[in-house]
Amino acid sequence: MSDRAWLTTRRKRDAWLFLAPMLVVLAVVAAWPLLRTIWLSFTDTDLLKLDQARWIGTENFLSHKEDGWHGVLADPQWWRSVKNTLVFTVVTVSIETTLGLVIALVLHREFRGRGLVRAAVLIPWAIPTIVSAKMWSWMLNDQFGIVNHLLMSLGLIDRPLAWTTDLLMTSVVIVDVWKTTPFMALLILAALQMLPKECYEAAQIDGVHPLKVFWRVTLPLVRPALMVAVIFRALDALRAFDVIYVLNGSAEQSRTMSIYVRQHLIEFHRLGYGSAASTLLFFIITLLTILYISIGRVRLEAD
Amino acid sequence: MKISLAMTKSAGIKSYVTLCLFTALSTSTGACGKKDKGPAEITISCGSVGQDFDSCKAGVEAWEKKSGNKAKLVASPASSTDALALYQQLLAAGASDIDILRIDVVWPGTLGGFLLDLTPYTKGAEKNYFASMIANDTIDGHLIAIPWQADAGLLYYRKDLLEKYGETPPATWDQLTTAAKKIQDAERAAGQKDLWGFVFQGKAYEGLTCNALEWVASYGGGTIVEPDGKISIDNPKAVAAVTMAASWVGDISPPGVLAYEEEEARGVFQSGNAVFMRNWPYAWAQAQGKDSPVKDKVGVIALPKAEGGRGAATLGGWNLAVSKFSKHPEVAADLVLYLTGAEEQKRRAIEYSVQPTIPRVYEDKDVLAKNPFFASLVETFKNAVPRPTVAGGKYNEVSSAFWNAVHAALAKEKPAKDSLTALAADLERLKGGKW
Repeated sequence: MSDRAWLTTRRKRDAWLFLAPMLVVLAVVAAWPLLRTIWLSFTDTDLLKLDQARWIGTENFLSHKEDGWHGVLADPQWWRSVKNTLVFTVVTVSIETTLGLVIALVLHREFRGRGLVRAAVLIPWAIPTIVSAKMWSWMLNDQFGIVNHLLMSLGLIDRPLAWTTDLLMTSVVIVDVWKTTPFMALLILAALQMLPKECYEAAQIDGVHPLKVFWRVTLPLVRPALMVAVIFRALDALRAFDVIYVLNGSAEQSRTMSIYVRQHLIEFHRLGYGSAASTLLFFIITLLTILYISIGRVRLEAD
Repeated sequence: MKISLAMTKSAGIKSYVTLCLFTALSTSTGACGKKDKGPAEITISCGSVGQDFDSCKAGVEAWEKKSGNKAKLVASPASSTDALALYQQLLAAGASDIDILRIDVVWPGTLGGFLLDLTPYTKGAEKNYFASMIANDTIDGHLIAIPWQADAGLLYYRKDLLEKYGETPPATWDQLTTAAKKIQDAERAAGQKDLWGFVFQGKAYEGLTCNALEWVASYGGGTIVEPDGKISIDNPKAVAAVTMAASWVGDISPPGVLAYEEEEARGVFQSGNAVFMRNWPYAWAQAQGKDSPVKDKVGVIALPKAEGGRGAATLGGWNLAVSKFSKHPEVAADLVLYLTGAEEQKRRAIEYSVQPTIPRVYEDKDVLAKNPFFASLVETFKNAVPRPTVAGGKYNEVSSAFWNAVHAALAKEKPAKDSLTALAADLERLKGGKW
């Protein structure tokens, strides 16, 4: 064996050695619970009778009995949750991306007190979601909430709006946008600061209109970072739970996939059925991610 | 979501370690893992609605002095739906964090398997309590909890406003609707812009099941699932009851009522912004509190009947149970018996208008002097409707399907008829062969 080959083998071995702790941790906290959930979804496990679980195949997903179709896939409530989640994701992520981009462009400019403003922008992101959601639910209370009070004293509305019922989805979107726009802004800002100055100098010399600079230079250059930021947010939004649960509990009108899963796992103690829903949730998210990445890459290459 | 399963299992261990540290720091005996003869420390979960926590704390402190043991208090979530979810997780994980659980009257069927049989500790004391409540807490011949607090839905009204407009406390829902509308319109015209006629618990949670069951039962529309297991909710009387309630929302009740739990409703009523309120007895002591804007302006009566129907109040209430995983079952049982005893129930009745579960306490002069409406409660109890616990372990799902169906009707997403017909079909599916 030559010295070189020996060195390569050794390097490989060391690399695995260094990776091992992380792989073990990943296996314990990610792979094992995931596999366990998938396994549970093929049983009729009851949270309160863990020892009486039976293997029932795909019955939790879909099965046909004399009184009709059963299982998660046949449950209209599940499909409503899927729809709620998708609507929530598309709406919040679009608004957050647009607002985040605008805020990042502003913060990218030199002005006095920029450091302070940058820190201040992060505050909503730094508050734990449960706390901020609870805070908003009091502010949005129809009778003694400050939002209605302000709007009424400004004369914009003449009677209190029911933010937490009729306008529930609007409220949820407002709270989520308030909370996560700073995250988007920060990721985009980081990308903006990495952009090469030469492009802008060249554009300036050529006398290109600032709007055109934005469309032709800035946007294409920050696009990779933007794509990553969007997928981060989209993955988060597809798992949305805390904001909505605090504002409206498990009510149908705003129930997302995660809330549906939790309700069956915990409230209805149907560990098997809930795991089936949880498994579906996992596959839906995986599918969307793969789709997004492949479409995103095609576009990038076309550029 | 994936992690939640793993967390359920580790939560017990983690909290156990925390508890050990706490015990080791706070007592010299370090009562962790082994049984010792020194003072034990146990944990009790108290409610957190209104003055629940304060009243529980005072009782526990008195017991600590008497017994020499220590008890730590934990506030359970205000929403009973959340509280049950928490207990289910703790108990399924076999956690010994909480020794004494405060459980709702509808939970024995769900949690019974995890609770200690208290018969050996009571020394025959169960005969002092309402027999129906003891029966409710007995599962397969085991007494798994002791009634601590009785509850039934009541109608609160503003005496001053009713007098001002020459109205009497309503005996029927129609009278309530008319009076509420009249007073609301007149007061608003006089400048009281924030006033509403009627507030109740309309959020999609267990509280809505209680409220809606009262409407349906008072119309003679049954109790969702009858005691023999038959699903009865899809009937014209139930539809009429829910249709009536839906007509209130936006008219005499604020649109936001669809997100109200007990405390939100009380907030509106107690700040003087509602003529009528449906709530549990605890709201009385609060409305009569020192800093209450409506002090001495409030009256309480039984809930209205429907035309030709009967009055119906949902039977509620709380019981104390000892977890099977408790490390100090004797000490825990001792605290349970102390808190549910006649003396402590009398104190809670006088100080917090908590309804006793021992009939004898209702005859006590001091109790009646402080809570004049207690005399009429005995009647309310006789007419009280139990929730459909015949569904056993599936009660949660039945209740959740019911409150969602009613919530959809109240929010005018669907007519009551469609909503209840769909509900009946869902319940049949859920029932399968039998409950």
